[in-house]
Amino acid sequence: MIEANREMPVEATEAKEDILADYILPVVRYRDIHKAFGDLEVLKGIDLDIAPGEKIAIIGPSGSGKTTLGRLLATLEQPTSGTIEVEGEPLWHEERKGKLVPAGEKHLHRMRKNIGMVFQHFNLFPHMTILRNVMEAPIRVLGLSKQEAREQAVEMLAKVGLEDKVDMYPAQLSGGQKQRVAIARAVVMRPKVMVFDEVTSALDPELVGEVLQVIKELALEGNMAMILITHEMDFARDVADRVIFTDGGKIVEQGPPVEVFEHPKSERLQSFLTRFRSSSS
Amino acid sequence: MWDWKHAEAAFYEIAQAIPVTLALTFASFIFAIVFGLLLAIMRRARSRWVVWPAVGFIEFIRSTPLLVQAIFLYFALPMNPIMPIVLPTFTIGILAIGIHYSTYMAEVYRSGIDAVEKGQWEASKALNFTRLQTWTRIILPQAIPPIIPIMGNYLIVIFKETPILAAISIGEILVVAQGYGSEYFRYLEPITIVGVLFLLMSYPSSVLVRRLEKRLNRQRGYS
Repeated sequence: MIEANREMPVEATEAKEDILADYILPVVRYRDIHKAFGDLEVLKGIDLDIAPGEKIAIIGPSGSGKTTLGRLLATLEQPTSGTIEVEGEPLWHEERKGKLVPAGEKHLHRMRKNIGMVFQHFNLFPHMTILRNVMEAPIRVLGLSKQEAREQAVEMLAKVGLEDKVDMYPAQLSGGQKQRVAIARAVVMRPKVMVFDEVTSALDPELVGEVLQVIKELALEGNMAMILITHEMDFARDVADRVIFTDGGKIVEQGPPVEVFEHPKSERLQSFLTRFRSSSS
Repeated sequence: MWDWKHAEAAFYEIAQAIPVTLALTFASFIFAIVFGLLLAIMRRARSRWVVWPAVGFIEFIRSTPLLVQAIFLYFALPMNPIMPIVLPTFTIGILAIGIHYSTYMAEVYRSGIDAVEKGQWEASKALNFTRLQTWTRIILPQAIPPIIPIMGNYLIVIFKETPILAAISIGEILVVAQGYGSEYFRYLEPITIVGVLFLLMSYPSSVLVRRLEKRLNRQRGYS
């Protein structure tokens, strides 16, 4: 059973760790989100508000549910219970005859305009050139003319440093280049919030830097909110306004990067960071 | 004994039926690839009210012989009390083979579709393509090229199956050959000629298909 929760819960703003002022409409709002795959409950009640333009890093051990958080927002998985609101509107529910019912494809299609996602394994379209990869959705989904779409795609590819690769196919690029194309392809749709799902995890170590650099530049540009699901702690510290630590399907601790990394309060975060430092050095 | 005079005369008559056999082959092949694609997509639908009929239909057609299906369409369909359907014999032939092989084609499509990575569906969704756009722009362009050689093989299989329609007396080459046989009581020459004709047409086609397969594999080598 999916329980619809229409009202903006006021009590959320009373929570101590909620650093958002209550007069800002969050771009994304998770409310008591649960997600189970069969018997396995990977999310056990997540509450999270993300402000417009805010950069959030989600860290935590693998299996802590952090990727699922992103996939729920990108509508790749449906929450078992709870609500997600995007720009104040329920994502997985819609109003029909005054009642909130599970969202239909039309509603999801409209809501997805605000949401973008970059994947761990790039998922570029192998049968299209790099340029076409970036142009296709603006043409088909946003209804841009070919001319407009091409200009925007070239501009975006230049931004990620691949203007000389436009006529190549994905298979001809390195992993880092592929991921930069995937970022360009997602960003050109101008979503309000972008999920970066472990975007460097499938890359050779020497290619990680170029991808993180591109994301960093995008972050500095500002107005797109970002959810960075990552294992790159230095990167999280650099880019994020707020770091969320998840473990066992719950948010265990969150705060500004300095707080979270320098003064972790919970034991679980402390041991996670210790383990992480010892394994990465 | 082999009689060259009969062979020549029979060949002349049989050759005139070659266009019928070819027309049957291509028409039912086109029917099979179109209807087969529809079945394959239905199998992938989210609603079980779409999936189940497709699966049931595929299993039913595949588990009954083509000969029975052809005879059913020819003799039984016009006589059924609910809705008698009378169709031209040639159309029935195309339907019989086309429907039968569409279920095999559905499986061929399925192998191609299943080979497309799950990430392609997810990326399409994240970019907000509609379901139809995802199929036509992303999934099928990747799923179909690898299965083209298999489809080519089915074209040859269908070609070789057309004589089954002799059972509903469509004037393809076997029927003409049998006609010649009963008229002159000479079966050796006409039936041999039918066999040779099939060989002459299907062997080069299968060589072509194999070459096509090699070329496609090479093309995909870099992607």
